[in-house]
Amino acid sequence: MMMNSMKTANFRSAISAFAFLTSFALLPLAGCGSDKPTAPAATAADSIKIVSSLPRTGSANAQTTSMVNGIKMAIAETNGKIGDTTISYEDWDDASAQKGNWDPTVEAQNADKAIADEAVMAYVGTYNSGAAKISMPKLNAAGMVMVSPANTAPNLTKAGFGEPNEPAVYRPSGKINYFRVVPTDDVQGAVAADYAKELGATKVFVLDDREVYGKGVSGVFQKHAKEIGLEIVGTDGIDTKASNYKSLITKIKQTGADLVYFGGTTQTNAGQIAKDMVAGGLKAKLIVPDGCYEKAFIEAAGAEALEDRCFITFGGVAAKSLTGKGRDFYLAYLKTYTSEPEGYAVYGYEAAKVVISAMQRIHAAGGTITRASVLAEVGKTKDYTGALGTWSFDANGDTTNRTMSVNTVRNGEFVMVKVVN
Amino acid sequence: MTNTEVFLQQLIYGLSNGMIIALVALGYTMVYGIVELINFAHGDVFTLGGFLTLTIVGVLGAAAIIEPGALGESSHWLLLLGLVIAAGVFCGGLNLAINRIVYKPLRSAPKLTQLVAAIGVSFILVNIALFWGGAPMKVFGGGNAAAASKDFPEILEGSNLLGDSSNVVLRLEDIAIFAVTIPLMIGLTLFVKKTRLGRGMRATAQNPIAAKLMGIDTDRVIAATFLIGGFLGGAASVMWSVYNNTISFQMGFRAGMDAFTAAVLGGIGSLPGAMVGGVLIGLIRAMSDQYIETRWTNVVVFGVLILILIFRPSGLLGLKQREKV
Repeated sequence: MMMNSMKTANFRSAISAFAFLTSFALLPLAGCGSDKPTAPAATAADSIKIVSSLPRTGSANAQTTSMVNGIKMAIAETNGKIGDTTISYEDWDDASAQKGNWDPTVEAQNADKAIADEAVMAYVGTYNSGAAKISMPKLNAAGMVMVSPANTAPNLTKAGFGEPNEPAVYRPSGKINYFRVVPTDDVQGAVAADYAKELGATKVFVLDDREVYGKGVSGVFQKHAKEIGLEIVGTDGIDTKASNYKSLITKIKQTGADLVYFGGTTQTNAGQIAKDMVAGGLKAKLIVPDGCYEKAFIEAAGAEALEDRCFITFGGVAAKSLTGKGRDFYLAYLKTYTSEPEGYAVYGYEAAKVVISAMQRIHAAGGTITRASVLAEVGKTKDYTGALGTWSFDANGDTTNRTMSVNTVRNGEFVMVKVVN
Repeated sequence: MTNTEVFLQQLIYGLSNGMIIALVALGYTMVYGIVELINFAHGDVFTLGGFLTLTIVGVLGAAAIIEPGALGESSHWLLLLGLVIAAGVFCGGLNLAINRIVYKPLRSAPKLTQLVAAIGVSFILVNIALFWGGAPMKVFGGGNAAAASKDFPEILEGSNLLGDSSNVVLRLEDIAIFAVTIPLMIGLTLFVKKTRLGRGMRATAQNPIAAKLMGIDTDRVIAATFLIGGFLGGAASVMWSVYNNTISFQMGFRAGMDAFTAAVLGGIGSLPGAMVGGVLIGLIRAMSDQYIETRWTNVVVFGVLILILIFRPSGLLGLKQREKV
């Protein structure tokens, strides 16, 4: 019409300038993992550090704040001392504002920073399984223990779930330095499929967010669902930045699915899916994994979209249903922070506690706290009685704990509907 | 659902999403047409429009003004209109201020400088949105999780206009998108065609120096362009929020990218081009979700863009630039 006096040449140069800028933005990504700083000799010191690397910027913040509180409680219980050695804690962020989610560049920087700081003895993290992939090989090469309070992707520790080179690729030193206190998705996906059947579902549509965690857990769900006789009427991977999923919901509606499984997190738009299922008139149930077990999910989806139609699996039980030492933790948390802990708070606590217990054992035996001794001692954790019950680390570094729960949302709050052991 | 029903449904969704994209695309194309700047901050101006909208709804909701019937039968439409105007004025003003503070001093600087400045402004606005998300209001979740997506309350009644038994869902919000976007587009077209300022815009777009020589206050024309583009973006942000029932600090990222793609597809600098491009992108997305796979939708969208640019380098409705002698 009228404004088409466009100077093509200028427009092209603008586009190429943009491409040029974007390529810069991608450079750090390409670079990650290529530099391997050598570990300085870790020696006994008056002061040691435990650091955590969790997504603190973005919608997981409420969840991770709760986890950081848990870690702080674990350290406070020792009064920040083991013998004459002071333990300090640093809360690191592995997310960036631009992504609003964990960022591979930042996670790589955190791992490098931890390795370079001689006082750092243990790395508590990560929250996202995809982030763990970045820091695992770095910390492994440096011989630093890494305890994840929340990673659930099975391929991080077990063969046969992901690529053929997994998990060996995360263990360049050949030794195991990565442990986790949360049950993995090979349990979680199966529990979800069993529950789908229990809900009376016959036709299931499986979605994932195309991330390590989401793809992994939805893959397990799909496999187990087939085994127990559910029909998989379709699968798809969503665009996590899309404004809505109304078209996708229509496609699902056409398949006649009576249940949708979404392998993803609040940060990868689970809330919008729940919402668009209502808007699109899809009267199917929705099951999502533990990445959605946080208040931010209810906030994003709006409680009415979830009430009694959305079910959330979680590797453990709700904080208020914990028993024994877990109950003590829950009450102490309420007292200290005057708010309900999010689902993963107790895992943050347990992860830090396992590391501290190992340090205390070293000290009691008259040993020196070094990266190597802490790593060896954490690996020996056996029949440990903590807030999550009595459990051990198995040969892969996974917890022997297998407790899972299924939750739904009622009156805007998570309500546990089933516990599976 | 029969195949026809599915197709109809995707058509509704494609058009609804497309009209919103088109409205945002107009902001990109107008600014490009006049000052040859790709205003990367436009998507984020749009985001802030969404945040303002939710804030207003939160304030009104707290005062129970949006309770059904409080303003009579048509209260919801009145509220929608009010929101469109409020967000439009806010985003228009914001765009105007950005132009005045950032772009105007850089007018004679190299294009790359302006482009980098636009990206910088975009970052600033995203972070303002992040900050705003922590507002201690009930609609913002009490401000506990600033970066979380915020649930946007349903302003228009959500039932199916075609009846509960119908497989095809048509909701008031779909209608509302058309009721808001079409008059805005017609208004804009008339404005550019018929008014004195519109004529100034066309002249400045064709040749800024000649326009200046003819006595056109080009600075004023440019300011007006930013104002109008921002207004349309603000209106789009209200429709986007009402349609998706969510806002987040990243909402402008995808909306902006889609809109920019739409503007290029239609021929950047061309108003009808942006409208056609927006609707096309919406339709391609819906049809690709249905008939190909959601995981391939972005590939399809950009594949189509590349194909069109190969055969029509200046976009669908962009005119070929005359050779300069």
